[in-house]
Amino acid sequence: MFKGKFIDNLPKIYGTYTGGFLIFIILMAIAESAGMTKETIGILFVAFTVCIYAFIGWLSRTVQVDAYYVAGRTVPTVFNGMATAADWMSGASFVAMAGGIYFGGYTYMAFLVGWTGGYILVSSLLAPYLRKFGCYTVPDFIGTRYGGNLARFCAVVVLTLASFTYVTAQINATGTIAARALQIPFELGVWVGLGSILLCSMLGGMRAVTWTQVAQYIVLIIAYLIPIFWISNKGGYGLFPHLMLGEEVARLGELEAQFGLVKNSAAAVKEAGVPGGLKSISLPHSGVPEGGMAAWKFISLALCMMVGTASLPHILMRYFTTPSVKAARKSVAWSLFFIALLYTSAPMLATVSKLSLMDPTLPTGIIGKEISAVMAIDWVSAWTAQKQAFIADFNGDGILQLNEWFMRGDVVVLSTPEVAGLPYVISGLVAAGGMAAAMSTADGLVLAIANALSHDIYFKIIDPKADVRKRLIVARSLLVIIGAFGAYIASMRITSILGAVAWAFDFAMSGLFFPLVLGVWWKRATRQGAIAGMIAGLASGTAYLIYVYPKFMGNPAWLGIDHLRFGIIGASVCLVVMVVVSLMTPEPDSATQKMVDELRVPSGKTILGKQH
Amino acid sequence: MIVTLLLWFFFGYVIFMFGESLNSASFLGYPLAYYMCAQGSIVAFVIILFWSANKQEKIDEEFGFNTGEDD
Repeated sequence: MFKGKFIDNLPKIYGTYTGGFLIFIILMAIAESAGMTKETIGILFVAFTVCIYAFIGWLSRTVQVDAYYVAGRTVPTVFNGMATAADWMSGASFVAMAGGIYFGGYTYMAFLVGWTGGYILVSSLLAPYLRKFGCYTVPDFIGTRYGGNLARFCAVVVLTLASFTYVTAQINATGTIAARALQIPFELGVWVGLGSILLCSMLGGMRAVTWTQVAQYIVLIIAYLIPIFWISNKGGYGLFPHLMLGEEVARLGELEAQFGLVKNSAAAVKEAGVPGGLKSISLPHSGVPEGGMAAWKFISLALCMMVGTASLPHILMRYFTTPSVKAARKSVAWSLFFIALLYTSAPMLATVSKLSLMDPTLPTGIIGKEISAVMAIDWVSAWTAQKQAFIADFNGDGILQLNEWFMRGDVVVLSTPEVAGLPYVISGLVAAGGMAAAMSTADGLVLAIANALSHDIYFKIIDPKADVRKRLIVARSLLVIIGAFGAYIASMRITSILGAVAWAFDFAMSGLFFPLVLGVWWKRATRQGAIAGMIAGLASGTAYLIYVYPKFMGNPAWLGIDHLRFGIIGASVCLVVMVVVSLMTPEPDSATQKMVDELRVPSGKTILGKQH
Repeated sequence: MIVTLLLWFFFGYVIFMFGESLNSASFLGYPLAYYMCAQGSIVAFVIILFWSANKQEKIDEEFGFNTGEDD
């Protein structure tokens, strides 16, 4: 319809939207002081934002293949950056990351470095070249570059495995937040979450997902930054927390020395009846653990996350939506900029929230005080009643020690506004932000799987003559089926959010990274090599996961490569097998070689036609 | 591109190999290794990306591959 006009008006539209959202927050704050209950505020926040996303999704409905799969390749760089950032930052980033730093300190921050550094690989090795190629999905590239349905099929398998591991974690997170905000049981919350995810993506595919993701990014970044700035200024830690928390970090180090970092034995924890999943602080906040092994563990985790980033299909496919190769490159930079806004804030949130608990000179501090007094604090009794926090008096002195305070990591972000004594409207805002983060990632993932199945399996392998209408019907039905299956798995609650996320990265890295990179950069890579590489990489990675994961075989990790890092094994095997098999088989025909040359030229037409 | 990857390697890995000794130095009052992974490396990554995207654009123009169709 009036598309050109719509794209030109984007800054205005989203500016109005941001203003509207801020006004909504202020209205809620007024309503709270007028005596509105906490429950109503929570429900209004989540319901209001979800309705907006669904409305955007409905407005962006489409019947064109190009718009459905790649948003018509018209998304401007900055907005694509925002959408990618929302796509990227999942419930885990929003809810669990600050919690992870809270408990894990420096050691955990390998995730921060890994989840940002990967974009350099995306930008320099992959995104611009895949954009130039002009494919709709990641397996589309593998299938055309190496030729043959088997290669395409293997890529779809890896994509599905990695994305599905990831998506159950996200639906789980939407369920948790919906359940808490709307006061409904978790199982129902999962289906409500799924319903809202599908509303956003079903009618408009990539186009709808793009525009809802931009809206979700705005909500989530506001929801993350407001509490940090508020707490930092209220507590007098400094006007601009990112630059001014040095003293507080040092103070945490002193407090750690004063209270002592004690790792509780598993037996003692079990005997005291601490609910599963709750942890006490036992690692230093800023201190670096000694020895080469610790450094290796840090680096290897960062490596896995970086390479995983560069092979996750739902991220790569976002760069198919930009208008040109140049725009794809710029867009990666903007994505990381928007991601960095949140990532650099997470350690600050962890710092202020930890300090407000640990410093006995602050009114909010609880460590080192009498347990009976601590239990009388509102939020402590509320969270302990929900089994999200726990106090175990190990030495029986009636004083709360650092190792006697247990908390669930995911609660840190959600509870910090309350702990620091901010009005409840901020907690509602944070819930809406968490919902936005989890929904946006789930949208992107479900769409990545459904597109791969409908485009690569149905259209390219089963029925290449299907008309446009039929293709889109298949794509939409698959979307619903995959979503429902994901929700079903999520409602069984078998994995923790963070563990599942790290596995998704390792799966993607084991099976896809080298076939993609060598597909662009090594003309000699052959079909047989790629197929063997994908199969061997995925199989060896999975086998190693089963070998070390405590719940499966639980063998000691080799060189510190544990179940979070199994991608290192998978990807190295994939590389070796791919190179060896490629060299053993005859080199690809000249048409393919020419295609790879053409791929590296930034200008000109895409290699695949517009409607393929 | 090689330079980009070298810089990436430096900020992503080399720094943290020496995390232990770096932490005795301080920047803005933070221990340095802590600061690097909390903010320093991330900011460096963003800068590298914008810088290399611009650089690549210049190279493309020089060799006449600039299509000039977008912003």
